[in-house]
Order: sequence, then structure tokens, then C-alpha cells
Amino acid sequence: MSGRATRTIRVDTLARVEGEGSLYIKMVGERVADVKLKIYEPPRLFEAFLRGRHFSEAADITARICGICPIAYQMSAIHAIERALGVHIDPAVRLLRRLFYCGEWIESHTLHVYMLHAPDFLGFPDVIAMARDHREVVERALRLKKIGNRIVTLLGGREIHPISAAVGGFYKVPTKSQLRELVEDLEWALEASLETVRWTAGLSFPDFEQDYEFVALCHPDEYAFNEGRLKSNRGLDIDAAEYEDHFRELHVQYSNALHSVIRGRSSYLVGPMARFNLNFDKLPEVAQKVAMQAGLRPPVKNPFRSIVVRAVELVFACAEALRVIHEYQPPTVPRVDVPNRAGVGQAITEAPRGILYHRYALDENGLIVTAKIVPPTSQNQKRIEDDLREYAAQLVAWPLEEATWKCEQAVRNYDPCISCATHFLKVQIDREDPHGG
Amino acid sequence: MSSKKKRKPKIGVFKFASCDGCQLSLLDAEDELLAVAGAVEIAYFPEATRAVLKGPYDIGLVEGSVTTHHDAQRIQQVRRECKTLITIGACATAGGIQALRNWKDVDEFIRVVYATPQYISTLKLSTPIAEHVPVDFELRGCPINKYQLVEIITATLAGRKPNIPSYSVCLECKRKGNVCIAVARGIACMGPVTQAGCGALCPSYDRGCYGCYGPMESPNTASLTNQLRILGQADDQIVRSFRGFNAWAWQFRKASEECEHK
Repeated sequence: MSGRATRTIRVDTLARVEGEGSLYIKMVGERVADVKLKIYEPPRLFEAFLRGRHFSEAADITARICGICPIAYQMSAIHAIERALGVHIDPAVRLLRRLFYCGEWIESHTLHVYMLHAPDFLGFPDVIAMARDHREVVERALRLKKIGNRIVTLLGGREIHPISAAVGGFYKVPTKSQLRELVEDLEWALEASLETVRWTAGLSFPDFEQDYEFVALCHPDEYAFNEGRLKSNRGLDIDAAEYEDHFRELHVQYSNALHSVIRGRSSYLVGPMARFNLNFDKLPEVAQKVAMQAGLRPPVKNPFRSIVVRAVELVFACAEALRVIHEYQPPTVPRVDVPNRAGVGQAITEAPRGILYHRYALDENGLIVTAKIVPPTSQNQKRIEDDLREYAAQLVAWPLEEATWKCEQAVRNYDPCISCATHFLKVQIDREDPHGG
Repeated sequence: MSSKKKRKPKIGVFKFASCDGCQLSLLDAEDELLAVAGAVEIAYFPEATRAVLKGPYDIGLVEGSVTTHHDAQRIQQVRRECKTLITIGACATAGGIQALRNWKDVDEFIRVVYATPQYISTLKLSTPIAEHVPVDFELRGCPINKYQLVEIITATLAGRKPNIPSYSVCLECKRKGNVCIAVARGIACMGPVTQAGCGALCPSYDRGCYGCYGPMESPNTASLTNQLRILGQADDQIVRSFRGFNAWAWQFRKASEECEHK
């Protein structure tokens, strides 16, 4: 049997992603015959048991879809319900929600850049092993992550499943002086984020570019979090209410997560690269400048460089948090009263991993009649498979073990959150001799 | 003194149906993470590492509830491999929010979410780990408190009883000097029947406790139900209050069913 005979790569655990899934790649000679990203995270059926719950419970319940990005769930749920009920929030609340999201982006991006993704580039199994040779880098990461968590904890009470965000505002809002206490940490965090961009830019990247349809929320004046139109580089330009007219979810047999596609086209990419490419001009100058210095110019089309893009978004999140803190004047009331009434509302917000769509229909008692949730990872799922189909073809001559690790890394480019998409990742590569070997 | 270096205890982190938030608490312990990693060998923790060491493990931390046939078998294997098995969080200790299916027709639930229900395999009930295997300690919370997690790992390694209170959130409120929001402002609050551990978070943020740490030791749920009625809550609201993240914990389950079937 020659080297082109049937070869099977199996990695039973693709680690450092949030949740449970597996990857199967079949190679026949030099051709990639099949790629399946399988998600066997057990279904938890949120959209079903949300029915009959009161709208005020949706933010707390949907937060439990994901322990990594609970704020994203709270923001999409709250904004969708506010649209259903015609609620207008205080501009100060709007600012605080931006700050809240900055905290989650800092915490989540730092976790992924340093603790989940960087070990791939440097050849370590995990951040603990990485800390033995790169102690200072890991200490910087832990401090940065802690500052993100500090913002979340101040606004929301705790870092995981915070308790203060509500339809109409917050249960309790911070004082100006409480926010000012964050400034010193955030000034350090901004410097550390700039250093993160320079550090990640020095990693080595495979030569791999794809022609993506990037989809992100776009706002005329801001790098969007909670508001804006959904746009793409191929002409998509819609309101959240039109989302389901333009996107479809497909149920495939091997996965407990639904695959999203754009109607009439196919897979698309959401998350840091999409936002960076569509909204580069809305980034603060400090983030634009360091991105250019790092050699990043939109459109970035190499998904392995997403680690640098995430670092640029860290710079944005720190700078934005500082801006909000300087501008903040507490609202007259923490939250406006929201009476029960019937309605339907949709919202899209930018979770750390990309757009998160929620729709709720409410009855006259404020109880949820139907709910629909489309998380970023299920939107990227098909795109991850498409990347792997192309990328694995470059690896046919590689030793199995290295090829497998590179494929895992290619999956982690997307910071997939399988808990969200329903959750654990196994990689399996089959290589088969086309001549029947 | 023996020159032989003492073997570090091996820890495994195992996930079932959950949101990953409780195991993330370990990575969120930024000040303790490197110290913990120095004191133990992280032998199995897929969220953090691709390295895998075979069992047996000295401590197994289990997150998540059992919702599939496969997981019902897997927990048996995990139990056999772990000397001390600790369940962390509301999913593992009480079935989690996904236990709301336990009162409904799960097949109908699947039809709501998935276009091709026959592709989905799941159990009718979402159940806590202790319904399947003996558990050495249950750490409550949705999510757990990271300091309680560090405490329980430390206590287990030292062979002592962990210092985790089983009294109610009310005690934490009193200790913080909070004015009682239920008494003073008529806000419905689950604090009197909910185990402490969060630091009376919700009442400190001007909202009622929603019971995410589950039932305290011997809760008087009937009395709270009466109190909630006095505050003007309708029975369907009271049912929902007990039927949250710890709905399947028997004390809360009993309370919600009594209210529903009254």
C-alpha cells in the first residue's frame, strides 16, 4: 500500500471550543470528498419552553443558552421585546448597554485570542502549558480578561448570567463615580490591547484566502452593537424585521444545530472579520492605526488572521468603554415602565462571535407566544465546512497528526460556540485511496 | 523525607447538557487559575485543552444535566473513573432550565425547534446527575460562584468538609444591610427559600431573587407561596417563579405542582 492508500485521521476531542461537536473530513487521494461539522450537543429546546413565559423573563432565560456570551442573549432578547412593545429607552441606558457589551467583548475576545486560539499558533495544547514559556503574555491575558469581567460585574452584578439588564433599561444603574473607578484599569487595558494586536500580528499564518460574503450590523455613526441595518459586501441591506425573508435555516441529519444560508446564495461569514471589513471606517482612530501597522486592511480574507482582527476589536472595546464612561450621565430612572400588550418584535445585535437574531411574538398579557433564536455559530457552521473543504485540500500531503491539528485550528478561527448553536468538537479525517485501496 | 515527588491530583471536567458557564467559572478565576493549575493536574478539560490524560481522576467536576440515552450511559463511565465526583451548577444538580420539558410533551417541543424531528434523539426528562449515580458533593448555582468552586477543590484536596452555607439568601441580605425589598417595597422575592451563595445579588440590584441557587436546606415553600399571593401574584406567576433554573429540584417542583393543581 502506497502513501496514497486509505488513511483515516480521527481526533476524538476537538478541544478549546465552547460545547460538544465533531468534525469529519474524508479525503480520497488528493481530493476532499466530504466535510461534516457535527454538533451533538444535546438539544435544549429553548424556543419551545420560552412559550408561556413572561417577556420580563426572556433575558434571564436566554442568557442560559451560553455562559460565554450571556450579554449578547440578553441584549438581543431585550431589544426584540422593546421593539415588539414600542419601548423607547433613555439615551443613557443606550450608552450603558454599549459599555455592557464592551465588557463582554473584552472578556470573550481575550479568552479566545489568548486561551483558546493562540496555543494553536505556538504549538501548545493549552494556555496552562503556554504559561510555562510565556508567563508574561498569559498574565497580561488574565488581567485583560478580568477587566472585561469587571465591567460586566459592575453593570450586571456578576460576570456569568448577569442579573441587571431589563426590558426598558436596567434594574439598577451605576453612578458616575462607580464608572470612573474603571478608568485606570481601562487605560491599562487599552495599552494591553494594542500590545495584543502587535503580538498576534507576529504569529505566522497559513497562506489561505477565501471569497466570503461578510454579514454584519452597520450603523451610520458607530461600530455597531445593538442598532443598525444588516448589510453584506454583496448588496444585502435589510432591517432585522426582514431577516427571515433573506435567511433560511436548514436541518441536516448529522447536526443538532441548524445551518443558516442566505436565500438564493449560500454560506456567509459573521463575526469579527465581517464587522472589521464592513465597518472599518467606524473604528476609532487608535484601532484603525494599529490595524494598519499590523498589516490589516479591509477586506481581510484569511480566516487565520481573525485572531489579529479580534485583537483590533479589543482596542475598539477598550477605547469605546472609556468614551462611554466620559460621556455618561445617569438616566432619570433606571428603567421605564413597560405595560403588557401584544406585539411582534425582532432584533439583531453583535455578539462577540457575530450577529444574534431574536424574534418574539407576545400576547396581550405579555406572555411569549412564539420565539425564534438564530445564534452566530449556526450561521457560521456551513462557512466553517466550506473553509475546511478548501483548506484540507492543501494538507493532503501532510502527516496526519499535523493535518488534524491544522484543521482544528481552522475551526477555532471562528471561535465556535457550540453551546450556542445547540455544543464539544471531535475531528476525524478519513483518507481513502481513489483506486480502491 | 522521601525524595520522591508527590503526585499531583488529577482533575477532570465533564460536560453534559449545559451552557458551559459553570466550567468557564474556572477560567474566570483569573487570580487563582495559575495557582490551581500549579496545585493540580488538569487531566481532562476539553473547553481549555486538547491534551487528554486517561483516568482515573482524583476529582471529577460534572457540569450539565442528562438529556440523552448516550449521556445516561456516559455518566456511569465518568463515575467509575472519578474518585470524588462533584456536580457543579443548576443543570447538574437540578436538571437546569431545560428541565422545563419535564412537564411537557418533548416530541412537540422538538417539532417547534427542528424541521426534521426524526433526526433528533433526546430523553423525555432532563435530570440531575444524582438521579443516575452517587454524587459526593453538589455545588449549587446558575452559575456557580467561582470562590465556592475554589473552596470545594481546596477542601477536597485537603480532605476536609467544604465550607458552603446551606442557609437562605435572606441571611446574606441581612448581613449586607439590605432593606428587605419584599417587605419594604412589595417586590416578589424567592430569597426566603433560595440557598445563599450569590451574595444576595438580585436584592442588591433592586430586584427580587429568582432562585438561581436552588432550594435552601428545608425551605418553607408553602409559606412563601402564601406571601406571594398576598403581594398580589397570580398562581400562574407563582408557578413560573418556582419553575426556573432549578425547576426539577424536588422542593421547588413540589411547590409549583401544589400551586398548579390547587
